[in-house]
Amino acid sequence: MATVPVRTLNERLHRLPADSNDLLWRVINPRGAHAVAAGLTVPVQVEIDGHVGYYCAGMNERATVIVRGHAGTGLAENIMSGVVRVTGNASQSAAASGRGGLVVIEGDASARCGISMKGVDIVVGGSIGHMSAFMGQAGTLVVCGDAGADLGDSIYEAEIFVAGTVTSLGADCVEKPVTDAHRTRVAALLERAAIAADAGAFRRYGSARKLYHFHVDHADAY
Amino acid sequence: MCGIVGLFFKQDRPGQQLGRLLAGMLAEMSERGPDSTGFAVYGDGAPDGASKASLYSADPNIDWTDVEIALGAAFPLAGPTRVLGSHAVFVLRAGETALRDWLAVNLPAVRVFGFGARIEVFKDVGLPAAVTQRYGLDARHGSHALGHTRMATESAVTTEHSHPFSTGVDLCLVHNGSLSNHNRLRQNLAREGVRFATDNDSEVAAGYLSHRMRQGASLREALEAGLVDLDGFYTFAVGTRDGFAILRDAIACKPAVLGETDDWVAMATEYRAIATLPGADKAVIWEPRPATVYHWQRH
Repeated sequence: MATVPVRTLNERLHRLPADSNDLLWRVINPRGAHAVAAGLTVPVQVEIDGHVGYYCAGMNERATVIVRGHAGTGLAENIMSGVVRVTGNASQSAAASGRGGLVVIEGDASARCGISMKGVDIVVGGSIGHMSAFMGQAGTLVVCGDAGADLGDSIYEAEIFVAGTVTSLGADCVEKPVTDAHRTRVAALLERAAIAADAGAFRRYGSARKLYHFHVDHADAY
Repeated sequence: MCGIVGLFFKQDRPGQQLGRLLAGMLAEMSERGPDSTGFAVYGDGAPDGASKASLYSADPNIDWTDVEIALGAAFPLAGPTRVLGSHAVFVLRAGETALRDWLAVNLPAVRVFGFGARIEVFKDVGLPAAVTQRYGLDARHGSHALGHTRMATESAVTTEHSHPFSTGVDLCLVHNGSLSNHNRLRQNLAREGVRFATDNDSEVAAGYLSHRMRQGASLREALEAGLVDLDGFYTFAVGTRDGFAILRDAIACKPAVLGETDDWVAMATEYRAIATLPGADKAVIWEPRPATVYHWQRH
């Protein structure tokens, strides 16, 4: 990408037919470019060597996108399916509003990881920043490190598992009991993500379900 | 939306090209701030006891030779005057307050954009490529520099409203974000004697830091106090005579990336600006934490 504009790269990827034989793509010199490999719809693998800018692999469907470096704001935003993996860290709003698929961040993710997640599974090898899983509706966020302030604020039915410490929980987010079924699910996600961690070490957080409907006794919390 | 860049050499090495590198970083931030561009360069020091004053005149017909004669009659000049675009840099033996007082009376159309032993400030309406060329950034050398590309969301698009803002000796600030309590804070600081040239919110942040430091706070202490007193969204990059600092507000929705090698520390709103630097692919890259002061100082 030192010579090819991101638009040219993405156009080539978007034109691939569903049964394309060009299954493996390697992108070099991304130099922090935005929207690299965004909007993919076919099951190819795109490997990016270096740091990417905003919205990498946004709206991803069926494709596997691997970033060997760090990713900027909005990694895999609105991901529908497929897998997005970052070997380094991700900036804020990783996997925001994701509907499905798997997002793996081997390092840390900063603020608002999984904000408004709607079914995506997210596995973070390191820690996450504040306001993560804000208004999360569905899907699972697994964090091997720590979580910043206001985790799961106004959360719906997304589920959060954190192995480390949580600075604070957001409004209507509470710690919940962990059963064997939960541990099995976490173990399966860690395996899919190829992240080594003890599934038994995670604590579970989710919605207290007190903000779903207006209730005058909870007026202060709205 | 704005773009901020900063580059700080940890130590002097031959062949360092501060200006050329900063111009490259600024060019990457063109889309984030097409309204105006500005930069502060910390270069060679003025002779002992003298200061460099970066002056600007909105009058395109100003005769800087006349200004030099008038200034020279009031304050001893200590080096050659350089005229660039609508700016001129004077080297003179004067205190900051004395110079500002004299200009207010004698040349009220002339503004002080920067004042100090090492700082020079240039800013103008236009894209980075044009402004950096107009003010000869490529050829500038020094230890550190800050730059800004502005997309105005608050106050007018003029040269005076562009960043960096410098309200104290060898101190300047660039800002991405918006402050919500700047009017009240400006009033309070004005009562304490801080002068403001514009109605811009970022200038208030610069004035606040200068005021704190004049009261004896270190740059780090002034920034930490700012976390309490400055309400709004901000990523700040601040330059001092020998230092460079970064601060994001507690919400941290304004982006920032830091990079560090053995040779340099760089800050930018987006990584693509850092990617232009030599050795960027081997640099340690990270995102500054919210409400945390990052500070580098040369000794």
